[in-house]
Amino acid sequence: MAALRHGETSSRELTRACLARIEHLELSLHAFLYLASDSALAQAAAADRELAALRKADSQSTQPLLGIPIAIKDVLAVEGLPCTAGSKILEGFIPPFTATAVKRLQEAGAIVIGKTNTDEFAMGSSTENSAYGVTHNPWDTSRVPGGSSGGSAAAVAARLIPAALGTDTGGSVRQPASFCGVTGLKPTYGRVSRYGLVAYGSSLDCVGALARTAEDVAILFQIMAGRDPLDATTADAPVSKIEFVGADTRLPLRGLRIGVPKEYFVRGIQAEVEAGVRQAVSVLEGLGAEVHEISLPHTEYALPVYYILAPAEASANLARYDGIRYGPRIQAESMWDIFYRTRGGKFGAEVERRIMLGVYALSAGYYDAYYGQAQKARTLIQRDFEQAFEQVDCIAAPVAPTTAFPIGAHGDDPLAMYLEDVFTLPANLAGVPGLAFPVGFDRAGLPVGMQLMGKHFREAVLLRMAHAYQQVTDWHLRAPSL
Amino acid sequence: MPLSLEEVEHIAMLARLELSAEEKNRYRQQLSELQELDTTDIPPTSSVSSGAGHLRADESRPGLSREALLKNAPEVERGQFKIPPVFE
Repeated sequence: MAALRHGETSSRELTRACLARIEHLELSLHAFLYLASDSALAQAAAADRELAALRKADSQSTQPLLGIPIAIKDVLAVEGLPCTAGSKILEGFIPPFTATAVKRLQEAGAIVIGKTNTDEFAMGSSTENSAYGVTHNPWDTSRVPGGSSGGSAAAVAARLIPAALGTDTGGSVRQPASFCGVTGLKPTYGRVSRYGLVAYGSSLDCVGALARTAEDVAILFQIMAGRDPLDATTADAPVSKIEFVGADTRLPLRGLRIGVPKEYFVRGIQAEVEAGVRQAVSVLEGLGAEVHEISLPHTEYALPVYYILAPAEASANLARYDGIRYGPRIQAESMWDIFYRTRGGKFGAEVERRIMLGVYALSAGYYDAYYGQAQKARTLIQRDFEQAFEQVDCIAAPVAPTTAFPIGAHGDDPLAMYLEDVFTLPANLAGVPGLAFPVGFDRAGLPVGMQLMGKHFREAVLLRMAHAYQQVTDWHLRAPSL
Repeated sequence: MPLSLEEVEHIAMLARLELSAEEKNRYRQQLSELQELDTTDIPPTSSVSSGAGHLRADESRPGLSREALLKNAPEVERGQFKIPPVFE
């Protein structure tokens, strides 16, 4: 960004370089569903004119992202660009408005270069559920990038783009960030506006950012966060500037307490993932943090609770895709048959499965047993966090039980796929922020990630911790050879 | 307890999803499997408190134009969404 200000490079050069690298690598990665090359280059030219004028007047831009290209997960609306949500049921849909999160970044000078691949309606942990083909992990193209924000994570990891937006309903920013070795933030529920986001599980959905460093993630986050009149669920909590300490501070984390929950180091976790996380915790300890073992006793319920609540909410949210007002229609004699055929024909298997699951959980006779119980259990999970945060400032845990798995490994086994989310779901159910960042590699050369979870609206603590870690380690600087 | 085919068909009807016989069978098995993730052992507690929530003043304000909103519709006639007759 300093290079842009000083005229050492231009927004056009930067944008062209991103587009050239995308063109070069897209065939092997498939991170993008749409490239807005022409509009991005036009906006870059405009940014360059402004930067030149500012240099001439010897003044600084008030736009922190002026001329910086970014990518947007294809579940967020950008006016004039197709928005598919990775689904055939939105093929050809061009939203007439822009999501608030994107709009705020654009107002800060950012340039949208394209839309990134996602599991259909953000339902999945691998991007294999995208109706438009799987994204490949830049560290090993035979493996998944994680999901559902797999396109954004792969694009940042492969240096196709400096930063990208994702969304996180059950881990969809953090898990792909972990699988691809980048830094990804799921903010507090209600922190970033969801206006213009294709809704999946409305009590869980969060818009987040992915970039190489905690510092870059913080820049995007601070611009996006805050109350939006167009989203009634956004909170009034102030968004204060996040202050990072310099690399010369010896104990930057002194006074911060980290909890390590024993429930996150149990069966099925890859040994290298556990070792990587524990090692990173001792690095944080070396930077002055206090480490405590804690307990989140209801962790095991997160999976069943999530897979009742999220599908229940999805079944209602996805009722709007009916082939009447937007998206393709499979023509039929009656309106009912249009509904049946369009929905049955255009939704993919995972989406159908979750709609069925949700409708089932909400249907007469089952509501109390499933949805009602799940809502109650959700409270227990929230209380786990409240109690833990009486003792510690943040919680350190693995992001996923394993590193990136091979494409096709889970086949048509939804339960195996759902287990991928076991460590990320609790933060969504409790509404707390979570930040994933790379802490090492396994023997196969795949990134290992760790997540820090924090108190509501205390994203700054997580970002400052990860920043301090990134000042003394270089995992986040490693790039895949492509 | 595995779901019956009738239950699966009922859920699909409620969800307005046309499913093939093969899909019905597959979802029957998978939904039954997922039932194992049930919550009946979880002790009930008080209800979930909702987080943020704001209502704006109920004032009319400019919205998107009719033209912009109809642009994505599969079938339009005289400025309106077109569907087959619902009542004959």
